[in-house]
Amino acid sequence: MYTSRLAAAVVAACTLASPALAQERSHEIGTPVSAEDLKPFFSIQPGGIGLPAGSGTVAHGREVYNQRCFYCHGEKLEGNRDMAGPPLAGGRGTLASEKPLKTVESYWPQASTLFDYIWRAMPFDQPGSLTADEVYSLVAYILAEGKIVGQDVRMDAETLSKVVMPNANGFYDGSGPDLRIYRAGADK
Amino acid sequence: MTRDRLQHEQAAAAEPCPCQEGMRPSVDLGRRKLLFAGAAATAATGLIGSRAAADTKAPPGAALYDVPEDSTKVPGRGVHEDHGYGTRSQFEKEVRVKADNPSDITSWTFTPLASTIGNLTPSGLHFERHHGGIPVIDPDRHDLFLHGLVDVAKKFSVAELKRLPSVTRKYFIECSGNTLSEWSKPKGKNVQFTHGLLSTSEWTGVPFATLARAVGLKDNAAWVLAEGADAAVMTRSIPIGKMLSDALIVYGQNGEALRPEQGYPLRLVLPGFEGNTHIKWLRRLQVSDRPFMTREETSAYTDLMKDGRAKLYTLAMDAKSVITFPSGEMMLPKPGQYMIQGFAWTGRGRVHAVDISLDKGATWLPARIDNVPEPMCTVRFSFPWHWDGKPVVLQSRCTDETGYVQPTRAELIPLRGENAIYHYNAIQSWAIGADGSVSNVHI
Repeated sequence: MYTSRLAAAVVAACTLASPALAQERSHEIGTPVSAEDLKPFFSIQPGGIGLPAGSGTVAHGREVYNQRCFYCHGEKLEGNRDMAGPPLAGGRGTLASEKPLKTVESYWPQASTLFDYIWRAMPFDQPGSLTADEVYSLVAYILAEGKIVGQDVRMDAETLSKVVMPNANGFYDGSGPDLRIYRAGADK
Repeated sequence: MTRDRLQHEQAAAAEPCPCQEGMRPSVDLGRRKLLFAGAAATAATGLIGSRAAADTKAPPGAALYDVPEDSTKVPGRGVHEDHGYGTRSQFEKEVRVKADNPSDITSWTFTPLASTIGNLTPSGLHFERHHGGIPVIDPDRHDLFLHGLVDVAKKFSVAELKRLPSVTRKYFIECSGNTLSEWSKPKGKNVQFTHGLLSTSEWTGVPFATLARAVGLKDNAAWVLAEGADAAVMTRSIPIGKMLSDALIVYGQNGEALRPEQGYPLRLVLPGFEGNTHIKWLRRLQVSDRPFMTREETSAYTDLMKDGRAKLYTLAMDAKSVITFPSGEMMLPKPGQYMIQGFAWTGRGRVHAVDISLDKGATWLPARIDNVPEPMCTVRFSFPWHWDGKPVVLQSRCTDETGYVQPTRAELIPLRGENAIYHYNAIQSWAIGADGSVSNVHI
């Protein structure tokens, strides 16, 4: 009896101890970080989630663009192939044609993406060097050139989150299998 | 060895003399060229003069040594002359070829698929795609942050990640832009260009699930943003289901640390997903209830269909295969027996079968699969073939374990149009001419 009670106790101890131990180990992994530690990072989501404080205008955006952006993206946002700079405006109505022109104006579904991308990765030679106000202004300028917002827009977290892009409904979830591959007679 | 003798030998080694030619890697090319000009030096060391004179520069990844007339008549070089990290033979010259883009900072290189051996890609030949250049990152100053919809936001040092239980698995990575040259016309001259944004490695790292348990996921966790520490600060959104099924935080590649151009010191590996999502130089994972709609998952890496709408989040790579021998720009010397060889792969599991057609797809014959198929990993296939000297078209077709069959162009193009850019996986056709020349064709 003594041995079986001991065995039962060992089994009980193990079943109780193992998950507790595993949990403790999981909690030991990594170093907790504070909001302050995460401050250098950002990511802007649709609906304006994550947008910083600040604001900008089309006029200021044109100034910044002519200093920092036109060399790669062209004086009229038409792009510059030699500098690998894609066009930013134009191309509406071309997506279903033989030669689609994909630009911020014609293709990008969310304005939040424009702010996020400029702020993180532009200008190409000095990424991450623009202030939030400069980025708001550039977004205002690029969207105004694409006739998506008016020339008098004051771009900030609130106005940006309300921008509806021309191609907002031009995308659909493609994550599943391509069902048409499986249609009857597809191999004929 | 006595101390005196050791010192004597060290002193002798430091003196430049013709007797040492052929024993040391050539680092001073200018001096070597001069030496080659002198016939005396060549004669003294028994060099094959013409060959050595022709190769005055070592191929990338190799060191140049003099070539003796008879390698059994002179001692070879000693250990550790490579300072402890070996190089490939100076006679092996295959390299990644770069794309013709305006900027090398945002560009790509192709793996020479026709000349890699076996299933794994040598780390130095793994294809590249960078959007802001290759960063230099000190692993001692690099952390991975995991935050967002978690109970406790945390950071993990590289050293700590290396101490956690790891897994080691072989997976291919394919850029979803692989074969994008082929949508409308057969533009690629050779298989390196048409299919070379594909490589396979043995990866070592920590499952994301381990880190998820360390921070605790909230009930509404649905997507994870992965962010790189390069100048593009590359970001992609990944469904939480994928992250928890087989995503790895990788630090090892083919038995050593990740190469810088593959994300040193950390990269995300998402088996079977398009290459761009395998975020290199990984520094941050943010858990959210929705996708982030980043530039690289909206403006780029979306698939424009014929009706002008575009597919978002086409993440899994469809089944695909390609014949690497014979392939574009090769020349068969004469009719006779050949072994057709190639790669097949699928992002949805294992390769189940590879078939070969010699009659433009009318009939298909099974190829031999040369290694054990593993999930989301390439296989090598081969097929003994007798060429009778007449023009013929060679094709391969992959069927994966889900039953998906690699489509023909005639099937794929009506479904996708010609402007999708990404995820082209149609059957590749190589035409053999009567003269033995091999070229890329669409049939």
